[in-house]
Amino acid sequence: MPEHRFLTGEFFMSGDDACAEGAIAAGCRFFAGYPITPATEIAERMSERMPEIGGTYIQMEDELGSMAAILGASWAGVKAMTATSGPGFSLMMENIGLGVMLETPCVVVNTQRGGPSTGLPTLTGQGDMMQARWGSHGCYSIIALAPNSPQEAFDLTVRAFNLSEQFRVPVFLMAEAATAHMYEKVTIPPVDEIETYSRRKPTVPPWEYKPYEPDFDMVPPMACAGEGYHFHVTGLTHDERGYPASSVAAQDRLVRRLVDKIEKNSDQIIELEEDGIEGAEVVVCVYGITSRVASIAVTRARQEGLKVGMLRLITVWPFPQDRIRQISRKVRAFVVPEINYGQIALEVERCASSRAPTILVPHMGGGVHNPEVIYRAIERAAK
Amino acid sequence: MSDVILEEIKHPYDEYIREDRLPHIWCPGCGLGVVIGGFIRGLLAAEADLDKVAVVSGIGCTGRAAGYLKLDSFHTTHGRALPFATGLKMANPELKVVVIGGDGDMVAIGGNHFIHAARRNIDLTVICVNNFNYGMTGGQVGPTTPETARTTTSQRGSTEPPFNIPRLAGASGATYIARWTTAQVRRLERAITEALAHQGFSLVEVISPCPTYYGRMNKQPTGLAQMSGYRDNSVIRHGADLAEVDIGIDGPIIVGKFLDIRLPFMPGKNGKNG
Repeated sequence: MPEHRFLTGEFFMSGDDACAEGAIAAGCRFFAGYPITPATEIAERMSERMPEIGGTYIQMEDELGSMAAILGASWAGVKAMTATSGPGFSLMMENIGLGVMLETPCVVVNTQRGGPSTGLPTLTGQGDMMQARWGSHGCYSIIALAPNSPQEAFDLTVRAFNLSEQFRVPVFLMAEAATAHMYEKVTIPPVDEIETYSRRKPTVPPWEYKPYEPDFDMVPPMACAGEGYHFHVTGLTHDERGYPASSVAAQDRLVRRLVDKIEKNSDQIIELEEDGIEGAEVVVCVYGITSRVASIAVTRARQEGLKVGMLRLITVWPFPQDRIRQISRKVRAFVVPEINYGQIALEVERCASSRAPTILVPHMGGGVHNPEVIYRAIERAAK
Repeated sequence: MSDVILEEIKHPYDEYIREDRLPHIWCPGCGLGVVIGGFIRGLLAAEADLDKVAVVSGIGCTGRAAGYLKLDSFHTTHGRALPFATGLKMANPELKVVVIGGDGDMVAIGGNHFIHAARRNIDLTVICVNNFNYGMTGGQVGPTTPETARTTTSQRGSTEPPFNIPRLAGASGATYIARWTTAQVRRLERAITEALAHQGFSLVEVISPCPTYYGRMNKQPTGLAQMSGYRDNSVIRHGADLAEVDIGIDGPIIVGKFLDIRLPFMPGKNGKNG
């Protein structure tokens, strides 16, 4: 194999490129996509890199097709990814629901830009956070990670694949135009030092295999096409055999498990970065690029003698509700800056309940906050 | 005693059907049973390794076909069977991937995927069951409903021109195109065998009765009446000009093998992106 097969070392790299390399390191060997700013560079890099490492790149006719194709590839036993931005993310919602229902491991990168609709194609935003949670119809739980640098675009793409394989669910990397097009140092470890996880395979013979019989962690082992299992799967509500089952009981059993396998395993999924939470009177709860702006405000507030902590959501979904509840008992207020008109702030408010008020610091998109605005919110919260 | 007798009279296709899902949901007189029987015989004649065959369906009456076949089978979303199948095939070129879908699934909601899968000449076998209306939802007008035909959403007769599916496929790049009705079941079987062996995008359109809705609203209220109509009106014309195989509410149904050519296909021989 040629030396450049896997990159190892230090690189000056954009978030989009780092994301593509993270996917490769995680074992991704299938990419289907459709060009869209500001995620196009991921597709461009994958179109070069996939053939180099024995993978497949295909440019589909639209994002409906891209999402369907990665589900198909995953059922062929190959780790698969697509990358898009808001307008394409909207189109993918249909088959994201199918991915949830068929319990299909795959990774969807949403390099967020300003919306609604075509919005601000080249400028940053964080307006798709609730769409990531609830965008496809019906009741389900999902996993979404939010990187704040090209390095994390690499690291969290690896993690997104591992989580999708472990929990058999589409995992979202909720990136942003700002980090996608930002160039920074990215350190890529040797490939054998990168921890990767692959879906559990059935241990029973084909005639005993039930595609949706849950294992100890509520996640069923997964047979793939061509392995001799002759299984059936459907987007209809189904029983453990994978057969359609139109009943209240079957719906209850299935939907409960689809939600519980994420929510009840959330301690394995949730990753937070905490800074100065102990003894803090105000906690800034933040994710993605906004964390880097907020840290400037937090530093200044501390210099001014304010007791401020910072809680960065690396995992945004499932939401770290237990930790927010805990913190809410000890602080005066939460400050939530985000590049939308209040999405994650609603979750913080829900978890903090009446114990501590939540102060939203919105930005409508197209840029990042002025740290001064966040500082003033901290100052107000501390009073 | 009766148990013993039951065990002895297994249906010859029980091995290939999910018996535990029977009875199926299709109406009396529906053509889908003929299509499934024809598919099984066509598949066996093709001598394919059944461990390496995957069937993908979308939504609708025909969309249920995947669920009754004892193969790796996927019942996906409306119109998206083709891109799902594209992912399966491109990720594992060893698989023989078959897409079975209705006219609405394939050329209305899935129309964009249909023309692009044909354009790529991707190595999929597509069986498009055309019954001229949306059966599952109660007989609404569809992309192939002939002009003046009545449906539950065209009570005074459809006013839109329908798609000619073989012409659409041919213009888009399909390299094998055949059409038969459910009244020509042996020819249908052979077409399916050929389509499975063909390398590239192969389409078998099957004209199929829907007596419950389309037939009842258009003076052919039974499966038998529709089948008789197919028998009386079918005209076999191999290699027919695709522009001349439109289907009207009356008049001939041109059937036959319209196209069988070799062109580069996906996935290619040299690497998966060939």
